[in-house]
Amino acid sequence: ERRAGIMLRFFLLVNKQGQTRLSQYYEHMPLADRSAFEAQIVRKCLARSEGQCSFLEYLGYKIIYRRYASLFFIVGVDASENELAILEFVHAYVETLDANFENVCELDIMFNLDKAHFILDEMVMNGHLVETAKININEALTLLLAEK
Amino acid sequence: MSIRLRDLIKNVRGSKTAAEERAVIQKECAAIRTSFKEEDAENRHRNVAKLLYIHMLGYPTHFGQMECLKLIVAPGYTDKRIGYLGLMLLLDENQEVLMLVTNSLKNDLNHPNQFIVGLALTALGNIGTTGMARDTAPEVEKLLASTNPYIRKKAALAAIRVLRKVPELLDNFVPRIKALLTERNHGVLLTGVTLMVELTQAATDAVLDPFRKLVPSLVRILKNLVLSGYAPEHDVSGVTDPFLQVKILRLLRMLGKGDSEASDQMNDILAQVATNTESTKNVGNAILYEAVQTIMTIEAEPGLRVMAINILGRFLLNRDNNIRYVALNTLSKVVNADVQAVQRHRNTIVDCLKDPDVSIRRRALDLIYSLVNESNIRILVRELLNFLLISDVQFRPELVAKLCIVTEKYAPSKRWHVDTILRVMSIAGAFIPDEVPANLVALISSSPELHSYAVQKLYLALTQDSSHGPLTQVAVWCIGEFGDLLVADKTGASEGAKEGDESISITVSEGDVVDLVEQVVRDPLSTVPVRQYALTSLMKLTTRFSPSLAQRIKATIETYRSNLNVELQQRSVEYSNLFRWEAVRTQVLDRMPVLEPPSRSEVDGAPAGEPVRTPAAAPVPVHTQSAPVADLLGDLLGMGPTPTPTVPTNVQPKSSSATTLDLLGDLFGPSPTPAPAQPSAATNRPPASMGLDIMDLLGGPAVPTTIPSPSMGINSGMGGMNLGLGATSPHTASPHATSPQMSAQTSTPTSPQPGSNAFTGYNKQGVTIVFEAAKQPGAPQNTVVQATYTNANGFPLSNFSLQAAVPKHLKIQMAPPSGNAVPASNAGKVTQLIRIQNSEHGSKPIILRLKIDYVGQNGPVSDMADVNFPAGL
Repeated sequence: ERRAGIMLRFFLLVNKQGQTRLSQYYEHMPLADRSAFEAQIVRKCLARSEGQCSFLEYLGYKIIYRRYASLFFIVGVDASENELAILEFVHAYVETLDANFENVCELDIMFNLDKAHFILDEMVMNGHLVETAKININEALTLLLAEK
Repeated sequence: MSIRLRDLIKNVRGSKTAAEERAVIQKECAAIRTSFKEEDAENRHRNVAKLLYIHMLGYPTHFGQMECLKLIVAPGYTDKRIGYLGLMLLLDENQEVLMLVTNSLKNDLNHPNQFIVGLALTALGNIGTTGMARDTAPEVEKLLASTNPYIRKKAALAAIRVLRKVPELLDNFVPRIKALLTERNHGVLLTGVTLMVELTQAATDAVLDPFRKLVPSLVRILKNLVLSGYAPEHDVSGVTDPFLQVKILRLLRMLGKGDSEASDQMNDILAQVATNTESTKNVGNAILYEAVQTIMTIEAEPGLRVMAINILGRFLLNRDNNIRYVALNTLSKVVNADVQAVQRHRNTIVDCLKDPDVSIRRRALDLIYSLVNESNIRILVRELLNFLLISDVQFRPELVAKLCIVTEKYAPSKRWHVDTILRVMSIAGAFIPDEVPANLVALISSSPELHSYAVQKLYLALTQDSSHGPLTQVAVWCIGEFGDLLVADKTGASEGAKEGDESISITVSEGDVVDLVEQVVRDPLSTVPVRQYALTSLMKLTTRFSPSLAQRIKATIETYRSNLNVELQQRSVEYSNLFRWEAVRTQVLDRMPVLEPPSRSEVDGAPAGEPVRTPAAAPVPVHTQSAPVADLLGDLLGMGPTPTPTVPTNVQPKSSSATTLDLLGDLFGPSPTPAPAQPSAATNRPPASMGLDIMDLLGGPAVPTTIPSPSMGINSGMGGMNLGLGATSPHTASPHATSPQMSAQTSTPTSPQPGSNAFTGYNKQGVTIVFEAAKQPGAPQNTVVQATYTNANGFPLSNFSLQAAVPKHLKIQMAPPSGNAVPASNAGKVTQLIRIQNSEHGSKPIILRLKIDYVGQNGPVSDMADVNFPAGL
């Protein structure tokens, strides 16, 4: 059932061939539906050209996407959300990934899926933004990931 | 053998086909399962990591769930880490396995290591169940007050989840929240504000009051952000912590809504944000967007609102599509509040309709619907029609429905109305809502000046149309009804040429018309309702066209006598029989009386539930010929000729016309279509009261019969023609087989008992109207009134007619009067039966507004009067 007030409903990284590289759902979606859902969304994003706006509507979700190199960063939000702020958040996430991986690329995310998830979890919890100051995130991450 | 995650990924990527990939995964899953069974502790976290990857690809990974739990309870940090991650990804809150985690969660929440606490909080926040939330609530509360900002911020968000699952704990948490706002750490502020936003959504006073008191602190924080200099840690492209700003703006929006005191406190800061924020980058625009939304929601000063709309206007002109989208979106939300300001930007919005980007087009479309009014309807509808031509299928149903609604509401002229709906039907007939063809037909029939124009246009459209949708339906009906106008000589000046519209003048031969209609009947692609209409149309044409064609039509109709479809068969048989009664046929098939369009509320989708009410100034012209109506119907039903005015006494069934009675009794019998009102009242009456019933069925001159529900109209084969049976012409409503509206009566008619409740309702210029009311036993809200008109003048009155209007809680049906001429000097009288139903019997009395028309010695006289029935009726 839809929970009101959630900022993000899902966060996906999908490449141009439709392969999901990272998926985080903040409300429950059955496993069987996920791959079809993700593929469909990526198709819609691919169908759009450069100049068009980054917002879509699909099945009741508002979809905000941006392409960085070969990956589509796709966020699904509810209708009341500020789309421009979400774009900023996506950019912040990308910058954080960059800082942690040294010129991050799709392969980095693939092979370090858990690390990418940790970074995301430091920034978003239960669909809400937790921390957006990169310095704080990086601090926490170095400590988090270093401890063995 | 346990391979590393890296290698697994390489293998999967190396697979060329889906089957190969599946094989790789299955092999790996088997290996993992073995490893789990063997309790391989060292490799456990690696295995779970692989499971995460496999899960992301979409394969089932249930066997890994218990392993996550084992990892969580392990003392090592790396194990816990991957365990919680696995927990969050592989499970969801519906799984019962989660209950097992509660205990370890509680322990971890008390762990000295802040990161482990963080992990636990994150897991709780993401997938906590109600049980877990309740158990861990005390810990979360304690952690909210922790000195460590890292923990505090996570605790705040975990609290959101806890409170959503267990709302009763709300009161415990509210005091803690205030403390969150004093924190300097932006992370804590952000989550604190988010928590407040969440709680405000619950919108109870217990929450709102203390929060509203916090508005000044919020304003202060925002001010610091806006005015502060460069703060490197939170800076995004020159703006300090935009996320926090946006969040605070949103919270202010929710707190200020409906509360003027709080809104006052926000005015200054909002103005500051609106002016100071740079709008060259996306960041600044994001903040402005949120600020604009806030301004429009709270009780802002008008100056501030104007500023907000101007910002939106600036957005609209921005080249970046995102910004324009956002502007259109917001404008459609605020357009109700301030239409004028938005109208100024109408041209830009219309341009957006042509934008290549489909999202922008959709937003612009929504906005345009709200902007339509009388002055701009023509231009906007033209744009909308153009858009309809090129739009995708997903837009069409809504667009068509809205176009029809808008046209009906604001049409500047009937001709334009007809034209527009015609165009819509020819472009996108499949998506037209059901009431629209009915409304169009009613509109056309009620505007005599449009008959010729409409039928010609429809004929032309039909020749080019092949969709067999509503357009065919309407066209065929009009051709049948006004076929004579279609083939008439139009070399004279064509009427209806107003405002420079071009007039239509086509020459069409009778044969062509018959050909076209026959084609529609025969076409296998036509739906059954369309063919029904076409058959009826053909029948009507037999009287309007020359007799040679009548023969041809007769032959065509007879071919359907044994058609498999019952509707067509019935019509065919009846119409063929009708050919035998030449004298009657002409009258039966003549022009239909003006149809009443269904009420507006039906058009908007909400069933009217009440019958259509006509005020005294009804468009239906006065029923001057209602007595012959009675006669004709008497003829039809074999009731015998009724030359004298008083109808109820002249009912004499003739035995020879028993078959007619049965035939038409069948017509009025339970129709094949699911009409809720049973017309059995018409058929099973003893003959003596039959005439009275029929008169009642026909209803009064100015008021249509009760229409039980809009769906009946839609379901019937006639496609919802609500026969407003005010007889405008000397001819009856045609005995169309599926006119169940004729039979809408449910109350049994009885004449009023003599001598009860008679009073004078009107007495002016020698004309007196006496109302005699009687209640029906057992149904006190139904009153039957006999109105008696007498004339004390020295001259007789002719063309006497009475129309009545009633307030909403009453329903009225008027029978035709016994005559139109009131003899002079009280020599005779005219009576009329009126039936009134009071839905608020007992609380509201019966009130009538009468409109009385007659022609006296000095010419026509018209008067209005109000009549209040005595209390108790």
